[in-house]
Amino acid sequence: MDEWRRLQPRKAGPYRVVGQPLPKVDAYSTVTGRAVYADDIMLPRMLYGGLLRSPHPHARILSINTRKARELPGVLAIITGEDLPRKYGILPSSQDETALAIDKVRYVGDPVAAVAAVDPDTLEQALRLIEVEYEVLPALMSIDEALAHPDIKIHEEARTGNIHKAVSYEFGEVEAGFAAADYVREDWFYYEGNNHVPIETHACVARWEPDPHDPVGGKLTLWSSTQTPHYVHREVSKVLGIPPSHLRVIAPHVGGGFGGKSDPFSHEICACELARRTGRPVKITCTREEVFLIHRGRHPVKMWIKTGLKRDGTITAMHFRSFLDGGAYGSYGVATTYYTGALQPVTYALPAYKFEGMRLFTNKPPCGPKRGHGTPQPRFAVEVHLDKIAADLGLDPIELRKRNLVRPFSRTINGLRITSCALEECLEQVVARSGWREFQAARPAREAEAERRFSPVRYGMGLAVSTYICGAGKPIYWNDMPHSAVQIRLDRGGGVTVYCGATDIGQGSTSVLAYIVAEELGVEPERIHLETADTTLTPVDLGSYSSRVTFMAGNAAIQAARRLKELLHSAAAERLRVPPDRLESGDGCIYSVDDPQVALSFEQAVQLAEARYGALVSAGSYAPPEDIHGDFKGAGVGPSPAYSYSACVALVAVDSETGEVKVEKLWLAHDVGQAINPLLVAGQVEGSAYMGYGEALMEQQIFRKGRHKIPSILDYKIPTTLDTPEIETILVGQPDEEGPFGGKEAGQGPLLPVMPAIANAIYNAVGIRIDEVPITPDKVLRALKAARSEPGERPLPPPRVTPIALSEPWPARLIRWSPGHAGLAEQPLKLMNGHRQYQEQGESTPQGAATPPSRLPQKGGTA
Amino acid sequence: MLRLPPFRYLAPRTLSEATRLLAEEGPAAMPVAGGTDLLPNMKRRQFTPAALVGLRRLHELKGISGSPEVGVRIGAGETLTSVSTHPLIRTHYPALALAAAAVSTPQLRNAGTIGGNILLDTRCNYYNQTEFWRHSIGYCMKRDGSICLVAPGSPRCWAISSADTVPVLVVLQARVRLVSVRGEREIPIQELFRDDGMRPYTRETDEILSEIWLPPAPGWRSTYLKLRRRGSFDFPILGVAAALRREQDGRIGDVRIALGAVASHPVEAEEAMAHLRGQQPTPALLQEVAALAAKRARPLDNADLTITYRKQLTPVYVRRALDLLLGAEQGSGAK
Repeated sequence: MDEWRRLQPRKAGPYRVVGQPLPKVDAYSTVTGRAVYADDIMLPRMLYGGLLRSPHPHARILSINTRKARELPGVLAIITGEDLPRKYGILPSSQDETALAIDKVRYVGDPVAAVAAVDPDTLEQALRLIEVEYEVLPALMSIDEALAHPDIKIHEEARTGNIHKAVSYEFGEVEAGFAAADYVREDWFYYEGNNHVPIETHACVARWEPDPHDPVGGKLTLWSSTQTPHYVHREVSKVLGIPPSHLRVIAPHVGGGFGGKSDPFSHEICACELARRTGRPVKITCTREEVFLIHRGRHPVKMWIKTGLKRDGTITAMHFRSFLDGGAYGSYGVATTYYTGALQPVTYALPAYKFEGMRLFTNKPPCGPKRGHGTPQPRFAVEVHLDKIAADLGLDPIELRKRNLVRPFSRTINGLRITSCALEECLEQVVARSGWREFQAARPAREAEAERRFSPVRYGMGLAVSTYICGAGKPIYWNDMPHSAVQIRLDRGGGVTVYCGATDIGQGSTSVLAYIVAEELGVEPERIHLETADTTLTPVDLGSYSSRVTFMAGNAAIQAARRLKELLHSAAAERLRVPPDRLESGDGCIYSVDDPQVALSFEQAVQLAEARYGALVSAGSYAPPEDIHGDFKGAGVGPSPAYSYSACVALVAVDSETGEVKVEKLWLAHDVGQAINPLLVAGQVEGSAYMGYGEALMEQQIFRKGRHKIPSILDYKIPTTLDTPEIETILVGQPDEEGPFGGKEAGQGPLLPVMPAIANAIYNAVGIRIDEVPITPDKVLRALKAARSEPGERPLPPPRVTPIALSEPWPARLIRWSPGHAGLAEQPLKLMNGHRQYQEQGESTPQGAATPPSRLPQKGGTA
Repeated sequence: MLRLPPFRYLAPRTLSEATRLLAEEGPAAMPVAGGTDLLPNMKRRQFTPAALVGLRRLHELKGISGSPEVGVRIGAGETLTSVSTHPLIRTHYPALALAAAAVSTPQLRNAGTIGGNILLDTRCNYYNQTEFWRHSIGYCMKRDGSICLVAPGSPRCWAISSADTVPVLVVLQARVRLVSVRGEREIPIQELFRDDGMRPYTRETDEILSEIWLPPAPGWRSTYLKLRRRGSFDFPILGVAAALRREQDGRIGDVRIALGAVASHPVEAEEAMAHLRGQQPTPALLQEVAALAAKRARPLDNADLTITYRKQLTPVYVRRALDLLLGAEQGSGAK
């Protein structure tokens, strides 16, 4: 207990449940194997489904012959692209996928046919009997290749070459900013992409229940390991042509997502179609290799950054360019592109900022959102870049950052509203706890000791800071409806049932709902029964992405619970002859705050209230406020009702003879506002630190000869427990005024500073810079050898990020915007009815967000 | 999950029954002990045996006995965990304890056997892939194809000997016993290996590796260093086994160095050993020895990290292994 008190030093309210280190409500079932995951589901007469995938990175399909497979006994259905021709995609603006390839395959793993058979062995045999004739096309396997070969088009729909999306923004006066600078530095960085590697591979079961009396013909249920049942519901309904009323999507226990289970997937759609065709349930469980091929992981991003500063370290302007390797399809890529630029001004107060981003199609598995969605790459670039600048200018890297940190309750140059912000405290905490100053002061003594002992190991400390959103301010598709809703039903036995679409992917969102409702109603969390992530039973929550669930579903839950509490208090007030505003709920009772002996049990209060008001059911909902972003096209990516802040110090040991890097310890301070459960927050912080460590030093989604080089978790390196550094979590900050009980996000933000902190620590240890992630030992050794070569030696040049030279102007029209213009938005709505205008243009959510705040609540933008 | 191909499982109770079954079933049958290498390979269709002959119940393959004076016999069916924790091995043949403890993960060491590790299939990241992946790229000569994808012009297969215990057993001058219906033979462990990624062992398909014999080791010190990215799970991308004995005056009485994961077989660094034998060790001499040993490492681009890196680390690891052995105490150098 004491450990957790330390983590949450400031108790914001007299809470009974909130702030307590309680176990997750599903902890026991999860750790004892009782929890039911999608692949655990077995239904009577169930068939096994699977996908035949393309062996070529880029090829035209000349013919598909399924005759032999059809004739195999035990094969019940085979479908190909023609059977599901309707295009789909998670973003309304990127409807570029079909469930099964039509005409063309665009990466090794692109699904071509789907089979349902009586058992897995028959399925495997049938998949092998399908004959596909391909005409192999040249494949583009990198950003540079995609730019160099506009003639080889991966998508005919792309307007220019293989450019999926290009954007260009200037906020404030960038040229003037650079002109005012005493010092300007430019750098190139590269962040190699990686996979989420959830321990549960994707799986689903679909069931069709035919009903001849129903004009639709029946109803479909899909159980799937998804983070976004609501979006899957929409897309499956669209592709299969089944009205949403006849489709039910349920997320059972999900064994980790990290963003990799947020798209609608081919295997989900095919399982549904196979179930409909055969009238039998169909299960599809992906192999680990298929998870690497489905991907939707971290985009490889090449970045160029230029920053101007005053001599004292004050930033005068920043120009940032990102080139994203999107893989073969759109996925969330348009949003990712925006995210590589959107949050720079939310960490540092930039007076002028230019951002240009470009996403390219390549013949690789599609990239999408991974923990931090599009922001870890620029975070790495910015934080390493600033570290270099601090060294150039002889400034303390902490002071340089402090001089430029954003301030609480401010507006960024790109129009984003900042509310609570404890970034400076995060920075101070990690510096103090890590003993940063003492460590740096002891460097000469430490070096001398190492020399004396002939030790090749050198130690270094590095730091970085970051920001993340607490939920995307805009939904993925245009709508005015709530982002999250919660219903609560009380039964006369005192039972509480909470219904919410929120999807627990292991982060504990179901538990958080239980704690919040328990706190409000004054009962113990164990009393609460939770129904979640079921599009038939539960009201919509948009999904477990963008770190939105605690903030949004939490607020919806508070609203629903308070509505019931009001009824209970009003009924109890009458019986107890105490004014309702003198009553409180707690410890399973409703009691007078003036005399706690004057009390009713929760059950009694429920019965009185039910007698008086009828069935006790309530609903609450939440949508983010509207006035939190600028009024330019594209302003929908980046706004959030609140931002979390993090700072990290890494202590590393570098073996200068082998290039091996050991991270000894990570100190991570995180501004979570009020921790609803500090145990779960610390779990998220530690998980982020672990994942960040793996991304910094190991993980590589790499390709060779058009194929994923290492699609197994033996060869694709994620850290083991033996590698994982010691992690010290420090929770700081004040309750956020808009967050539930003051809570903010913890699921993604703490990841962000880890990679640059480690990179900066390596520099601090041995004086070399590796400007690309992952920082593998071969790169470190190469840089060390280049830096330390004796005259006469000819070492390999140090690893260097190859710049991208664009022969043509940036392929997007520049949008200029300054906060001064914001006044426009408050005036005439007649100029632009954002909603209609953008729909007609076919411009979907991500691009459009010129949404005047006062008239059009909740419209626009994307996650 | 990947599916195993269909096969019959035979469960003999004695070694003679096992050798009889292997002989009767012919080359389409394979022996299986812990199965930690074979079964995943079968799932990926590197092997599709018609029958597996289970060695798990054979008491003849169990037991660790002997002494440093007369030598130690290790049943090939002993698990890597039991080898790595056995007091006799830890005290007198520490390199073997280190190597056995460095294999894969605790779970797999509890199932995998020392015999299985010795006969680990050679590895290559063009070969250790799923059926789908190999089909996609067009298969290699080691299974279902005709060329080597690492070195397409090469007439041979370059898959890598990747067993941690093998270079150690080489420097310990172990002998192994092979049993079949045709009789028994005991050979120096070096003779078990061939410089051929496709057929890396001289074991006949009807033979069972039944035991390992370690000769007496008075005055010998030994160690094993393993290069890999993570603290667990990974196969070696370089293994350095070294053993040495010093004279009273401090000169090197005898030394043996073997490298793992640098070729299709364990590689003995003869030139390096000769250079050090009989000498008084100095830092400069050890550098020379390490450089000579490293000349034997010819990595190709078929394992983790880069060729250059694996090549560059070889002398560093050899020198560190020797440093450990010449230091005050036997180090536990394996990462």
